[in-house]
Amino acid sequence: MSDTHAETVSFVRDTMLPSAPPPATQAGAVHWLRENLFAGPINTVLTIIGALIIWFLFSHYWDWFAHSVWNANSLSECRQIILETWGEGARGACFAVIRERWNQYVFGFYPPELYWRPTMAAGLLIVALVPVLFSSSLTIRRAVLAITAVVTLACMVALGSPAIWLGFTAVVMAGAIFASERNLSWLLPFSMLYPLMMIWFLWGGSAWGPIFILAGPVLGWVAWRLLAGRAPMIAVLAGILVTLLFWLFLSGPAAEDAQRLLPMGIEAVRSDRFGGFLLSVTIGVAGIAMSLPLGIVLALSRQSDMFLIKSLSVVFIEFIRGVPLITLLFVASLLLNYFLPPGTNFDIILRVIIMVTIFAAAYMAEVIRGGLAALPRGQYEAADALGLDYWKAQRLIILPQALKISIPGIVSTFIGMFKDTTLVTFVGLYDPLKSMSDAVRASIEWKGIYWEPYIFVGAIFFIICFAMSRYSMYLERRLQRDHK
Amino acid sequence: MSEAINRQVDHSHMQVSDQVAIDIRKMNKWYGTFHVLRDIDLTVYQGERIVIAGPSGSGKSTLIRCINRLEEHQAGHISVDGVELTSDIKNIDKVRSEVGMVFQHFNLFPHLTVLENCTLAPIWVRKTPKREAEATAMHFLEKVKIPDQAHKYPGQLSGGQQQRVAIARSLCMQPKIMLFDEPTSALDPEMIKEVLDTMIQLAEEGMTMICVTHEMGFAQAVANRVIFMDQGQIVEQNTPTEFFNNPKSERTKLFLSQILGH
Repeated sequence: MSDTHAETVSFVRDTMLPSAPPPATQAGAVHWLRENLFAGPINTVLTIIGALIIWFLFSHYWDWFAHSVWNANSLSECRQIILETWGEGARGACFAVIRERWNQYVFGFYPPELYWRPTMAAGLLIVALVPVLFSSSLTIRRAVLAITAVVTLACMVALGSPAIWLGFTAVVMAGAIFASERNLSWLLPFSMLYPLMMIWFLWGGSAWGPIFILAGPVLGWVAWRLLAGRAPMIAVLAGILVTLLFWLFLSGPAAEDAQRLLPMGIEAVRSDRFGGFLLSVTIGVAGIAMSLPLGIVLALSRQSDMFLIKSLSVVFIEFIRGVPLITLLFVASLLLNYFLPPGTNFDIILRVIIMVTIFAAAYMAEVIRGGLAALPRGQYEAADALGLDYWKAQRLIILPQALKISIPGIVSTFIGMFKDTTLVTFVGLYDPLKSMSDAVRASIEWKGIYWEPYIFVGAIFFIICFAMSRYSMYLERRLQRDHK
Repeated sequence: MSEAINRQVDHSHMQVSDQVAIDIRKMNKWYGTFHVLRDIDLTVYQGERIVIAGPSGSGKSTLIRCINRLEEHQAGHISVDGVELTSDIKNIDKVRSEVGMVFQHFNLFPHLTVLENCTLAPIWVRKTPKREAEATAMHFLEKVKIPDQAHKYPGQLSGGQQQRVAIARSLCMQPKIMLFDEPTSALDPEMIKEVLDTMIQLAEEGMTMICVTHEMGFAQAVANRVIFMDQGQIVEQNTPTEFFNNPKSERTKLFLSQILGH
């Protein structure tokens, strides 16, 4: 008796068990179906209801899509084709409007002979973004750059671009591919300069304008440099002040004088010629590019120990968040005209971009504050204990982690902001969804067309927003550091 | 008693000089109205190995966190290596770059590799060239016996390995004084030993160390002074032998019977 007992209690393992595969019911398609669609009575009922709803929608709208016409010059012609092909009483979509009004949707009222310019600007924008977005994967970079180069150049040729700009684009593309293979950081100066170049490509005019705008920060840097040794805080303020003053009072007249002495430029395009997706993307890209840094500054200010900075930031964020975007847009379009000195020509698109930016930045600041709050105190303490000063700790330790945590929120804000660009319709700009579709409907040919433009514009917005969302998920995976 | 210390400690390089490393006089600190530290007087000489013990909430961690100004004291004086700690940011930065600190929860930077964790402060604070900083970092990673993990991220290491990286990270700044804030409290028993070994090795090389720890075996083997704190005050300080065998105050006796009794 005692022997058996000793045998059952005392035990030493001499071989470790190998890991075994899971049982067959735990894997495969059947397992997936049981787990996800028919896991229990409620789940099964919901699956059946869901399937019925899908069938209902499909059976009601399929013929409309199936009978769609892509090639017609007016709505009546469209209806005629449907009648002839599918018989009396058949319905069908008339997507021919997209084909016929494609240029209007994409470029708005931009001069047709200059369509190549926004096209070039968009292609080079992708090149400028490559070092920022795809720094870690050569494969993705190759694909993105190759496709961009081919598509951009092909479109520019088709749109009748002058040879010199075709050559310029080709050189930049080739340089970008070379830099991407060798050393991606060679592309960064181009990325930094590109915002200014893009503005010039889109609006055109004298080349001296952007050159003198660029001179502002250079002068500011000189001012900072001169004072940095003595008083670092004052030097930073002086740098900013010099830049702003130069921009406000000197750069305009200086550019005009330079233009008179040495004319250099491309044909100017006024802001009221912008419309459609060109307008949305311009406002969206500018807003995204500027709202992130502004949001970071606001979030850090809100966490600051300095009372004045903290209160200013809180007031700004809460005020902007508490007001509808449309209100800000009305302020941009109407009120600013009253407050600015008479005769000031403050571009409407620029005003809208500023409003959209500060609106998105206020949300961004709160998203980033969430990321900052999620960091354990230990990270701040470790940075302090190593002797890193505030700015270095923020830049090297805190922000990289806080921004990573905030990626989903940041991209949500970007997506929301990009969709909100359609609201510019209320200040008389031609957004693709409302104003542009109304403009299309106002023509005799397309009077009475309703769903098709909305579906088209919605689809384009969906593609862009979905791409942003997928990119954010890719970025999150790439920055994951927990497991091998 | 901890069995983590199972080797002979070499005392030949552990020499206490008569140069003052840290001087704390009549230091007081409050959290709001709560008086955390009361009239702390403590002088630490170069080469000393001090263990601070005491019940939780007694102010041990707060005391050493005042030494590199992670916590601000409201009255009294602290000077570290001759630099008085005031709200002057220059002095604080100077002290912090001379004093290394190891935390209970390691506080490694999870977004940087082990090597980047170690080279970050030398490069950005000391302005050491990158190559040189990396060589130093590898030297200290070898010393804590994990050079092969240099290119992994902290999240891929065990707790004991992370804590050793944290020690190496502090050492890369070539500090004169090392502060340890319960460095083994968050570790599994099997990993405590490897961290204590590293700390003993450091003590054997003559580093000035202040350790808040519950590892009494470590205190007996390495410390030249044990400080016992309760309710924000230093209740007793003595050599380890005297402290453990012949405690003076009733509070110390009670504490020792609690932690050594089980």
